Amino acid sequence: MTTTHLAFAVIIIALFSYWLGIKRAITVAGGEQHTRQLVSLPSQYGLLTAFWCGLPAILFLLIWSAIEASIVDSLLIQQVMLTLDTTAQQNMSLLVNNIKILAEKVQLNEDVSAATALQLQHAAYYTELNTKATWLKTLLTLVIAVGCVAVLLTKIKQSFHARNNLEKIVSGLLFTCSGIALLTTIGIVMSVLFESIAFFSKVPVTEFLFGTQWSPQIAMRADQVGGSGAFGAIPLFVGTILISTIAMCLAIPVGLMIAIYLSQYASPRLRSVAKPMLEILAGVPTVVYGFFAALTVAPLIRDFGILVDLPIVAESALAAGLVMGVMIIPFVSSLSEDALTAVPAALKEGSIGMGATHSETIRKVLFPAAIPGIVGAILLAVSRAIGETMIVVMAAGLAANLTFNPIESVTTVTVQIVSLLKGDQEFDSAKTLAAFALGLMLFITTLALNIAALKIVRKYREQYD
Amino acid sequence: MTKQDPQTMPRSAVTEKIELGLAKRHRRENIFRAFGLTAVIFGFILVFFLLFDITSKALPAFHQHWVKVDVNYSEKSLRYAAGDNLADLSYRNTLRKSIYETFPEVKARRDKRQLNGLFSSNAEFAIKEHLIANPDHLGTTQPVWVRVDDDVDVYLKEVEKLGEPLVRIDQKEAQWIKTLVDNGAIEKRFNIEFFTSSDSREPELAGVRGALTGTFLTMIVTLVLSFPLGVAAAVYLEEFAPKNRWTDMIEVNINNLAAVPSIIFGLLGLAVIINLFGMPRSAPLVGGIVLTLMTLPTIIIASRASIKAVPPSIREAAMGLGASRVQTTFSHVLPMAMPGILTGTIIGMAQALGETAPLLMIGMVAFIVDVPSSFTDASTVMPVQIFLWADSPERGFLAKTSAAILVLLGFLFLMNASAAYLRRRFESK
Repeated sequence: MTTTHLAFAVIIIALFSYWLGIKRAITVAGGEQHTRQLVSLPSQYGLLTAFWCGLPAILFLLIWSAIEASIVDSLLIQQVMLTLDTTAQQNMSLLVNNIKILAEKVQLNEDVSAATALQLQHAAYYTELNTKATWLKTLLTLVIAVGCVAVLLTKIKQSFHARNNLEKIVSGLLFTCSGIALLTTIGIVMSVLFESIAFFSKVPVTEFLFGTQWSPQIAMRADQVGGSGAFGAIPLFVGTILISTIAMCLAIPVGLMIAIYLSQYASPRLRSVAKPMLEILAGVPTVVYGFFAALTVAPLIRDFGILVDLPIVAESALAAGLVMGVMIIPFVSSLSEDALTAVPAALKEGSIGMGATHSETIRKVLFPAAIPGIVGAILLAVSRAIGETMIVVMAAGLAANLTFNPIESVTTVTVQIVSLLKGDQEFDSAKTLAAFALGLMLFITTLALNIAALKIVRKYREQYD
Repeated sequence: MTKQDPQTMPRSAVTEKIELGLAKRHRRENIFRAFGLTAVIFGFILVFFLLFDITSKALPAFHQHWVKVDVNYSEKSLRYAAGDNLADLSYRNTLRKSIYETFPEVKARRDKRQLNGLFSSNAEFAIKEHLIANPDHLGTTQPVWVRVDDDVDVYLKEVEKLGEPLVRIDQKEAQWIKTLVDNGAIEKRFNIEFFTSSDSREPELAGVRGALTGTFLTMIVTLVLSFPLGVAAAVYLEEFAPKNRWTDMIEVNINNLAAVPSIIFGLLGLAVIINLFGMPRSAPLVGGIVLTLMTLPTIIIASRASIKAVPPSIREAAMGLGASRVQTTFSHVLPMAMPGILTGTIIGMAQALGETAPLLMIGMVAFIVDVPSSFTDASTVMPVQIFLWADSPERGFLAKTSAAILVLLGFLFLMNASAAYLRRRFESK
């Protein structure tokens, strides 16, 4: 049976044991009329039995599925080692792969006449191992499921506190779920960290952080002369900063003015139309913005360049940056509006009562009071601009030019991560690992920005609450 | 006492000074206001321009031009001998001969090749299917409608709009097309294949069915995983968690995760889920897991807010009647918080639906013609399909890309509208 089928089987057994648990509880109580004799409700006995049956079995199934492949592989490698001389053992992963493909062919009754007897023998051994593993998995899962139910059924007595036991299990489950967020963070840190360490053992950290040459494509073939590639990430950092700066130059003023106008001047009717407009801007997928940037905005900007006799490249930083700015406008405006409305009304009313005009109140009273919240919003927006991927992948260039000129083509950290990892890749080349090192930089930067922003916002909230 | 007329009141020096500056201040006020209004209008223009641009580019994709070929199913050109299987005949040859018969004046080899290029590469299969469906047409000449090549299709659509030829079609080809149009051999039909066929290298054959199915499978995985996990985590943090360092850490964590760039989740998926756990590349299962990790923070934050909004009196009443904490939560608090939780979930799912970057990392960018049928089949999703098509140099893909975007935006609109509806119902209670 496959894992999916087994999981379904376990669920069916669990449903059945729910019924069994209820029956058992009623029998222990001495009939339908006497269920008051029980400490807990019959359905709680049922649920407890079902949990006892399902949880251990599913857990076992998960662990088994995670480790089965590697155990079978290592057993197979052992067997292959016994029959092969040492020279052939260097390409072990390739050999193992060939055996697996062969085994599949044998099962599908395809032509295997090209294979040697030894290979066929290995393939048969592999098939046998797999069959054994499947049988063992099925047997153990079912034994665990049924066994746990049997143990619990013997435990059910009139004085057995099913509810307390059940609730312990439930809160344990809830606790585990809340830990997933933590696990995700740990997973992210571990994956980018380990690969980055592997990368930095091939390329020195100083070269990565301070080098001005980026051409990872050279490193594709290991046997190439000078095949180490160049991994100086400065052009990428500069490109990222340039595009983010262009984006923020558009998003901050427009976003702020929209926030101010909507929260201070706009009539309820305008607000009720403008809010969905902002939501549309915020909800458009980034791949759509990327399409818009590459196929509409970039040609427009280039045509404009021709008009004023300025050579603007097709993949200019300007196009990507402007469209990214549009994407960020709703982000800036909604967070700044929150900050503006959180300022106590007394400040505003006081200022207006003293005879200040509305705009004077906004500029000299509201805005300074809301500045921490607005700075927090801007930091979050910057972190989003730095991490944005699709717009730059589609509209910015691949060549790593070290320039601050917005009408030239630059590349960014995220563009390079995508271009290095898109498609198939061998996992231990410096080229692939470089993507993880870039990922680490990106993660650290955005994390620092987020933490700073959250700190500023929180501190500000404490002031007025 | 008589009221004093303010006009005749004695003025102090300060008042004078203020009044002098008043006009300037009011002007400034108006300018400031105008700036704000301009920003809002700018936003509206952006939205309209974006939607208009995409819609106008997308419209051609919903129609496709077909051309009528009088196919001469002669046994000679089919190289048919009695007893042959109809599926194995020489249809390419037959199609070419039939095309040359329509244009007898074309003689040069290069011209003939160019002429063949006007018809979709799929045309020979179309005439094959026709003969298999009507075996009695063997030996006769039958009109069969086939698709035109994508360049011709774009040309025909642009000519309608612009009235001028395109680079990809030269004078000679334009003349042939004109002849066909004049003979009534070209027809514009609704392109239902856009929804029923899968990806193809030929723009006139490409459709979104494969990507839509992939999206559907991925979204199922995401929903099945993220909803229970997210709600359970939110319930624990709101109702059960003691206030200590551990829960503080989880809370900070969730807030940070919500702001981690999505591409980082792709790196996690590649390094851990694919390379460590050995799950298949390009599979909706892996895509769904990655998107789950990405949307969990959104769902948890929204669910917590919704659970927090349930009045404490509900909990106190339930507990006062002897319910345990778990019973109170699951029978009273959760049902009341459900509309808010569902709203948060829909918003999270909408985010996941439009997400592209992490899926590029886990190999969902492959060119896949088959419609995926299980959670472990190689597949692609709508946003990635858009990305792939946008990258294609053929002009015919421009309209397809925009049309795919429209389909995606349509789904997003539906999801957001239902979230808004739920929220409104929740608020009115």
